[in-house]
Order: sequence, then C-alpha cells, then structure tokens
Amino acid sequence: MAPLLDVEELQVVYPGPKNLWGRSRNSVHAVNGVSLTVLPGEALGLVGESGCGKTTLGRAILRLIRASSGRVLFQGEDWLRLSSSELRGRRRHAQMIFQDPNSSLNPRRTVGASIGEALEIHRLADGRAGRRTRIRELLTSVGLPEDSEGRYPHEFSGGQRQRIGIARALAVEPKLIVCDEPVSALDVSVQAQIVNLLQELKRARQLAYLFISHDLAVVEHLCGRIAVMYLGRLVEVGPSREVCRSPAHPYTQALVSAVPQMHADGVPRLHLRGDPPSPVNPPSGCPFHPRCPVAEARCRTELPLLRSIGPNRQVACHLAV
Amino acid sequence: MSLLEIENLQIDFRSGDGWVRAVDGVSFHIDSGETLCLVGESGCGKSVTALSIARLLPTPPARYSGGEIRFDGRDVLRMASAELLQLRGKSVGYVFQDPGTSLNPVIRVGAQVKESLAQRDRALATDAEVVRRLAGVGIPAPELRARDYPHQLSGGMQQRIMIAMALATEPRLLIADEPTTALDVTIQAQILELLVELKQRLGMAMLLITHNLGVARSVADRVAVMYAGQLVESSPASQLVGSPRHPYTRALIRSVPELGQTGSRLEGIPGTVPGLGRWPTGCRFAPRCVQVRPDCSTREPDWLETAPDQGVRCPYTNV
Repeated sequence: MAPLLDVEELQVVYPGPKNLWGRSRNSVHAVNGVSLTVLPGEALGLVGESGCGKTTLGRAILRLIRASSGRVLFQGEDWLRLSSSELRGRRRHAQMIFQDPNSSLNPRRTVGASIGEALEIHRLADGRAGRRTRIRELLTSVGLPEDSEGRYPHEFSGGQRQRIGIARALAVEPKLIVCDEPVSALDVSVQAQIVNLLQELKRARQLAYLFISHDLAVVEHLCGRIAVMYLGRLVEVGPSREVCRSPAHPYTQALVSAVPQMHADGVPRLHLRGDPPSPVNPPSGCPFHPRCPVAEARCRTELPLLRSIGPNRQVACHLAV
Repeated sequence: MSLLEIENLQIDFRSGDGWVRAVDGVSFHIDSGETLCLVGESGCGKSVTALSIARLLPTPPARYSGGEIRFDGRDVLRMASAELLQLRGKSVGYVFQDPGTSLNPVIRVGAQVKESLAQRDRALATDAEVVRRLAGVGIPAPELRARDYPHQLSGGMQQRIMIAMALATEPRLLIADEPTTALDVTIQAQILELLVELKQRLGMAMLLITHNLGVARSVADRVAVMYAGQLVESSPASQLVGSPRHPYTRALIRSVPELGQTGSRLEGIPGTVPGLGRWPTGCRFAPRCVQVRPDCSTREPDWLETAPDQGVRCPYTNV
C-alpha cells in the first residue's frame, strides 16, 4: 500500500540568538533528519520526552512551522514545495488536534461558528441549512449534545472542549490528523473517553493519525506502530506491541522500564542517569551515549543510523541486535 | 497515636456571595514512617487537604469550617502562630508540583537551601552542609550546582533542590503534591526512587498526592481515593489495585491503559468530574456510576470500615 504520508530526511533548525554582526550562532536542530511513513488508516505513535522535537516534527509536517530541508510527501506530493494557495486547497486533508483545548478554541465564537468556518472555507456544505445539519452531525459523532452549536467554549468541560477540537478537525473530512498530546491535559477518567473516541473515529472513517504523546501506555493502546524520538532523531520504530515488550534501543528500554505500573510492586527500576542533553549542544556520536548504560567507544564518535532489525522494525543503535 | 490524624475535616472557599465546600468530612491518619497516597482527579480536594495540614491555605478565601487536624497529638487548627511556625519550619516539609515556580528565580539555589537549613538550626547553615544536602538528593557536582540559579537547572534537578529544601529541616512528615507530574517519565522514575530511598533512610512519613495510580501503587503503603471532596475508598496499595471495592476506584483503574495490555477498549467513566459546589445529592458518584441503584441519588452513603485502616463509601460493594 502506498503511504499516505512519507516524510524524508526532515530537518527543522531554529536559529539561535544573533550576535553583534547579525550572525546567528548556537542554532538548534530540533528535528534532525527524520524519515517516517504513515499508511492510510494507520495510527503511528510518536513518543519522546519534552524537548525531543516531537511537537516540532508534527507541526513541520503540516507546514505550521517551516522545515529547513527534507520532503513531506502527502499522497505523493511534496507539501514543502507547494505555494501557499496550493497548500490552502490541500489543508483539509491533514488536520491537527492540540493539547490544550482551552487555548486552541476561540473563546468569543460559538462552537457552531468555530466548526462552521472550516466548512465555509472549503465549501463543504450547501448553504446555511446544509452547514447547520453538518455541524449537528459532527457534534453528535464526537458525543456532544446537538444543541452545543450555539454555546461558547467556556460552557464546556475540558474533555468536552477536546471533543469540540476533534469535531472541528473532522469537519473537513481529513485523511490524516496530527494529534499533539490530545489527552495529556485531561483527567484520567475523561482521558479514556477521548482515547476511545479517537479509536472509534479512526475505524469508522479510515483516519490515519500521527499521535504525539509522552505517555507510552496511551500510545501502545491506540497506535499500531510506535516511533521513539530522542534529541531530534528517531531511535526506534516498530509495531507497538513489540517495541513495548522487547524494546531494542537502550533509550526505549529505559522509557518502558520507567513507566510506573499499577499491577507491579515497587518503584520502577531505571538504570538511566542524568537529564536529556541540550539540543543546542548535542553530544558527538550517538546522541544518547552520555546516558546510555551500555555505550562503547565507537558510540562516542560514530552516529548510528536507523537500520532494519526485523520486519517493520528499525533501530538506531550500534549494539542492538 | 498516629503522627498525623485528620478527622472529619471540612474546608470551604468563598465564592461570590457564599461559600462552597471543597473538602467535606475527610478523615485519615498517617503513622510514623508510613507512606499514604491521596489519589483523585482534579477538583476532588486532594491538594486542599494537603495544604491544610500545615494550615497553608489563606483564610479567606478559605475557611476551616469543621473537623480536626492533629499533628503529633497537637491540634493544628488551634495552634498559636509561634507553634504553627515551628510546625511549618521543622515538622512538616512540602514539595510541590512545579519546581520552576516554587523556587526563587533570583537567588542561587545553594542560598535557598541554606535558608531552609537555618530554619532548623543556624549552626547548620554552612556551605559545607548545603553541598552535603545537595549530594544527598543525588545532584552531581553539588559544589558547582549550589552556585546556579534555578533557571540553569533542568526540571528534575530543580525538583531535587525542592526536596533538599523540604528535607533541610528534617521533617517528620514530607508532603509531596504531584511531585513528578511536571517531569518526564525517566526523570519521574528517578525522583520517585529518591523519595522512597530518603524516606527509608530518614525514617519519615510521607503523604504523596497524585492522580497517577501507577505512581501510587509503586510508592505507597496505603492509598486513599478521593472524589468530590470525600474519601471514597482507602486500603493497602496492593489491595486497592488488585481488588478495588468502590465503583469509582474500579472505573478509574480500568480507565488507565497499562503497558502490555493492548487491544481492549478502555472503560472510561461517563460524564465529567463535578465542579466545586455542584456536587450531586446522595452519592456524589451516582450520576457516573455504572452500578447505580435507585436509592443512590437520594441517600448519602456512609463510610463503612471493612477492616482496620480500610474502608469504602458505598453500601453495594459486594455486587
């Protein structure tokens, strides 16, 4: 099957502070040569710790942030090379759901107006009456009462606001939704509702997700494949179950072991010291080597590339087998 | 006698022209050297309960409208200010969720730790002791880090500084309110490991507030679950997760995806957490409960003690 989204060697560089001569030093390679694919109807989870570049990657794919180099092929067409008017016509195929539904909804517009705007721009409903019917359908499909249309975001709880965000993304019938930590700000009981909703919508509408999260358990639950990111690079990619059960990269191993489990005794045992290094001044060789428990001499000098270690499994580590 | 005993605690907050109740009849105790976890979702009153222990809630807008808090047998709610200062400065230590906003951004972290040490004993407030304390919470190169400002440290390191400050006074009770929620998962594991190790080394008691059942399970001796201002269940940590009795606890456990258990649908809990002052009558969980019965919404359930240190607020737990 041809991939829906094919990202090739994507780089995003944030320029550092300018010096006296207007030259920028200490630029940050937030995303450093990432390649990944998402098939139609597939959910790919992107996990990593804060500052690893996962949000930047998600936004660069949708061209909400300018990528420095690389290609973002969406249905075979490079979005990074499109003019802004060409891009506008394609935007409806890939949408985004944000972490904080409070700041991503306009507090002064009714829910119906927020959702209806997208329908209007992309001319997806006939006339006012058609639009209203469509808005009501969308609200029902995300589990909100039909009469929510005329209400304002502040009248809803956090979980309901996230549902509004989802309805708005669905309005334009996208093929791909980039979900950036969509459940992190929600209470546990509500988080489960939203995860279930995303799962149902995916099945019913053949949606593909790029699901960005720091929560490995949520990603494993919702996504068929996982990509693990560290300091701007992918370090492991593979089927969720395999990556979580038998992680190949030492960083993924640490990540899996660090999750506190309900049905296990004691504090998670983690043999990983220190904090993630700064992307301003990344370590030489493998970016993980200063914290890696099994690092060898060549890890300090030689950057490991993502290589295949089994069907659909890739890892960027000299030592993984 | 327990180190901390809270009985029927009631706390209100001013809201518009009236008062809304945030904590409604909470009772629990913590023995010396014991770890209790208070678990609940936002707005359940867990943080307010934690703050009330050293009377840290500003009054107004808060009001202690009933109940008792006894620390080491002394009545906290009736303490004179000198005694209260003693309690805050020496007996109870606090660690909060966001170390970035709890540390003073314009003072070097070493000086902030030193200030806490002086609370205990002026003679302790030396540079050498500061370095020793920083090393004690696992900060590498403590001599250098003591001269850093908070923004120069990572979130995990900042939280270690907060812990060093809280422990500077050698408290008998450490209260940690979501100490790892703002941290990455690998850093969270380091901080939890540190807290457990310190607790054992120093023999103090700990009250850990969290919304994460996995965290509660991994560090607590006992877990108390709060919902809408009340305790709904309390039991030993292993039992709470293994055989939860209250429908809310059960639903909460089934809402959380666990690593290695893919495929099945998460249960979730219908509806949303009721806001302050909008608690339903009768059982507060009734509108969201899957096992609800007709009389649940009319009769407020009593706390049923099922074993020593164990109880549940639901009359239908054997269903």
